[in-house]
Amino acid sequence: MTATAEPEVGKARLRKEDERLVTGRTRWTDNITLPGMLHLAVLRSPLAHARIAEIDTSAAREMPGVIAVFTAKDLDPAREIGLPCAWPVTPDMKHPRRPVLAADKVNFAGEGVAVVAARSAAEAQDALEAIDVEYEDLPVVLDMEAALAEGTTVIHEDLGTNENAVWVFDSGEAGTGGDVQQAITDAEVTVTRRFRQQRLVPAFMEPRATVVDPTGPQLTVWSSTQIPHILRVMTALTLGLPEHKLRVIAPDVGGGFGGKIGVLPEELMTLLVARKLGKPVKWNESRSDCMATAHHGRDQIQDITITATRDGTITGLKVDLLADMGAYLGVVAPGVPLLGAFMFNAIYKIPSYRFACTNVFTNKTITDAYRGAGRPEATFAIERIMDELAVELDMDPLALREKNWIKHEEFPYTTVAGLTYDSGNYEAATERAKQLFDYDGLRREQEARRASNDPVQLGIGISTYTEMCGLAPSRVLGSLAYGAGGWEHAAIRMLPTGKVEVVTGSSAHGQGHETAWSQIVADQLGVPFEDIEVLHGDTQFSPRGMDTYGSRSLTVGGTALVLAAHRVLDKAKPVAAHLLECAVDDIEFAGGKFAVKGTDKSVGIQDVALAVFAAHDLPDGYEANLDSDATFDPDNFSYPHGTHLCATEVDTETGRVSIRSYVCVDDVGKVVNPLIVEGQVHGGLAQGIAQALYEEAVHDESGTLTSGTFADYHLPSAADLPTFVTDRTETPSTTNPLGVKGVGEAGTIASTPAVVNAIVDALRHMGVADVEMPCSPMRVWQAIQGGAR
Amino acid sequence: MRITVGVDGTRYTDDVEPRMLLVHYLRERLGKTGTVVGCDTSNCGACTVHLDGHSVKSCSVLAVQADGSEVTTIEGLARDGRMHPVQQAFRDNHALQCGFCTPGMIMQAIDLLADDPDPDDNAVRHGLEGNLCRCTGYQNIVRAVRDAASKMAPGAGPAAEQVAEPTLDPASRSSDADISAPAPSHTGGGS
Repeated sequence: MTATAEPEVGKARLRKEDERLVTGRTRWTDNITLPGMLHLAVLRSPLAHARIAEIDTSAAREMPGVIAVFTAKDLDPAREIGLPCAWPVTPDMKHPRRPVLAADKVNFAGEGVAVVAARSAAEAQDALEAIDVEYEDLPVVLDMEAALAEGTTVIHEDLGTNENAVWVFDSGEAGTGGDVQQAITDAEVTVTRRFRQQRLVPAFMEPRATVVDPTGPQLTVWSSTQIPHILRVMTALTLGLPEHKLRVIAPDVGGGFGGKIGVLPEELMTLLVARKLGKPVKWNESRSDCMATAHHGRDQIQDITITATRDGTITGLKVDLLADMGAYLGVVAPGVPLLGAFMFNAIYKIPSYRFACTNVFTNKTITDAYRGAGRPEATFAIERIMDELAVELDMDPLALREKNWIKHEEFPYTTVAGLTYDSGNYEAATERAKQLFDYDGLRREQEARRASNDPVQLGIGISTYTEMCGLAPSRVLGSLAYGAGGWEHAAIRMLPTGKVEVVTGSSAHGQGHETAWSQIVADQLGVPFEDIEVLHGDTQFSPRGMDTYGSRSLTVGGTALVLAAHRVLDKAKPVAAHLLECAVDDIEFAGGKFAVKGTDKSVGIQDVALAVFAAHDLPDGYEANLDSDATFDPDNFSYPHGTHLCATEVDTETGRVSIRSYVCVDDVGKVVNPLIVEGQVHGGLAQGIAQALYEEAVHDESGTLTSGTFADYHLPSAADLPTFVTDRTETPSTTNPLGVKGVGEAGTIASTPAVVNAIVDALRHMGVADVEMPCSPMRVWQAIQGGAR
Repeated sequence: MRITVGVDGTRYTDDVEPRMLLVHYLRERLGKTGTVVGCDTSNCGACTVHLDGHSVKSCSVLAVQADGSEVTTIEGLARDGRMHPVQQAFRDNHALQCGFCTPGMIMQAIDLLADDPDPDDNAVRHGLEGNLCRCTGYQNIVRAVRDAASKMAPGAGPAAEQVAEPTLDPASRSSDADISAPAPSHTGGGS
């Protein structure tokens, strides 16, 4: 029996997960092979909008190895099945039925029209070429503003409009602030901008895959998903299956970034085919299919107006958003802009605020949550326009921010959007970032380069951000019409030998929960880190969970662990008192030991576990079981924040941008594992910088995704990214007992505006006021030539 | 077609379709599922293995092209239960998160170090340009490769020397060497 001496929380523990992952002992969904397993291949529409006149599958059925070919008529003859959307943001939101396979009409390039089941993946793929589909072209709707115009082709005729929903927040109406229209009328300074959030591809490295085994007492579904629990409920509801006859497993999952929170037509298709054929079936997509059909992210047009007094005090903020849903609705897609709605006001004290978003259908791949989901978009817009306002006021952009941000002594602070930020210290994070960055020195160099007309100009970009993490208080979700709660569940099982199994409802796919959760439980129970096994991602042993997204796992799931551990200790204490022959009130617990106060008599928790297992000598009436579980539902979100500073060098002759230095100081509250936190920040920065400089999902005029492979979509490589300087300040969250805030999305949220601000700052004196993302050499060069705003 | 291939120290003879890719042969026929497929355009590098001591993207090689060759995958790097120094360095430096790109990244890193035993950051970044990672932002991967380089350097200590990939390149292998025998060098595949 070893008690852990120093706290595990805070240690840079190497990850438990890694030994398997670096040696190739992995369990990706595509690794699963079952006896008699069949393979699916999906025939996808090459057209973005067309009627299906006829589908002839007869030749494909005769192809070698083909067992069956299905169309919508076979899989859903009654046309009842529609993919779920869990977030009807308004009572009158338009929700088109998204079928598993298109029956009469395709609405985006990539939509499935038929599926082949064959003995091998290659044979299934071969058979696709033998399926003949006759399409009748329809006009494509690709531009959001055109989609809303009078007389435009309506994609879903039964809805009568391409408008999905309009959602408005107005601080005057909500009673959280003043009337923004009045602020605009009274404004001494007004700045208005339009920003585009280009469409992005989440591009998790493991393509999606599903295996369904219908041969057991339950239907077992393995899927490369972030949401095994939600998938189980949604599948049961969507297909009318009894939930208890469904087991969902997320084995090793190779990244998600929000991209794997969907309930997929392919998952349902695989299940339906497996049931029909009575055999295990696997669907494993190609990267090209993944790019075209896995949901995309961002894709918003943001019209933003900020007002201020001449001395730089912000008086109002107004945001009008268009958000592209694509052809149908993703699981949380209509609500993604709402996650941003509460964040446009960011870290600033803004007296009046109005936000309105219009969600629009187009003939494109659906959009949904992608790392940050709504919050990167909001942060980009406010941090970009803060720089524009600073120019208008002739103020240093950092000084303007400081003038308006919430001071550390003003927390908790209720914002104009109605959220109460529990804690933060923007001054400390900014001061540290300035030191690491040499802000004043770089400003001097910038002046010198401008003065000498250097062809390579230097720009400094700032982003002082906050975000709302720990999704989410169930009551808040309810008030926003979300279809589920935001709690998380944990269970702790004390094994006879003193080892501990921790079951979490979070579903890790790269975050390192096995390590971090072990650290938390090791401290709570005083058992060695090595004696803890963390189990996740299987509804059989983890029946309750809300899964992993929105930087929620640690703040919500981690807290559930703490509560479950407290219950284990509560159950163990009477046994310890009994074994030590003292009163329960005389027992104190520390470092894994129950001790009689004021004596050296003690018994370890792992010995108590053995005593409870043996059950030979327990207090009268004691139920022989230490296992405990707990569900935590947060009262509030958590609010990480930080200051990111980026220096870019822009070659004014070629438009090429290179990041000279990038400094970020993030405050994510208490840190469980600094190694993991740093890794999350690095990865987040890479994705945010990639939005600023490299990535864009581009459709041509016919609605074909032209950046549909990794050869065309510029996912940055190691050679495309700089070395980051990262540091932290630590202001504990007061909304959970661990004091943690979440770190999964911070880097992505903060970095995009820092980079674009730096590019514009480098070129400001040349008359450049904006560069549209991604800031490719071509766009930057055109901006310099005056071809852009 | 019938092929004979040495994979991770074991010799296999199989009939394969001429169009079968090496990565599918490894995964589906041999169960070497440590090697994964991340794309269909040879861009991501997740499927990287060593073919006769040099890194290749196994999605771009036909199984029949490997006939008579020696293949090393991520599963064949550890020796006597001890990880290759590059594997260890990836773990020590938190150079992976979801781990999907990791096998290819490690195989490519070993090849890179064989060509350049002491690369600077820039050389590592360019040497790994053909391998994509979405989780790490690459910084810890660069750190890991340089950490491995320092531990694999001559005279770096016995720990590194005990953990070595077999040298599978016929050109650098003595004529009587058994492919399962420990290799004399620890600098990796392309040495």
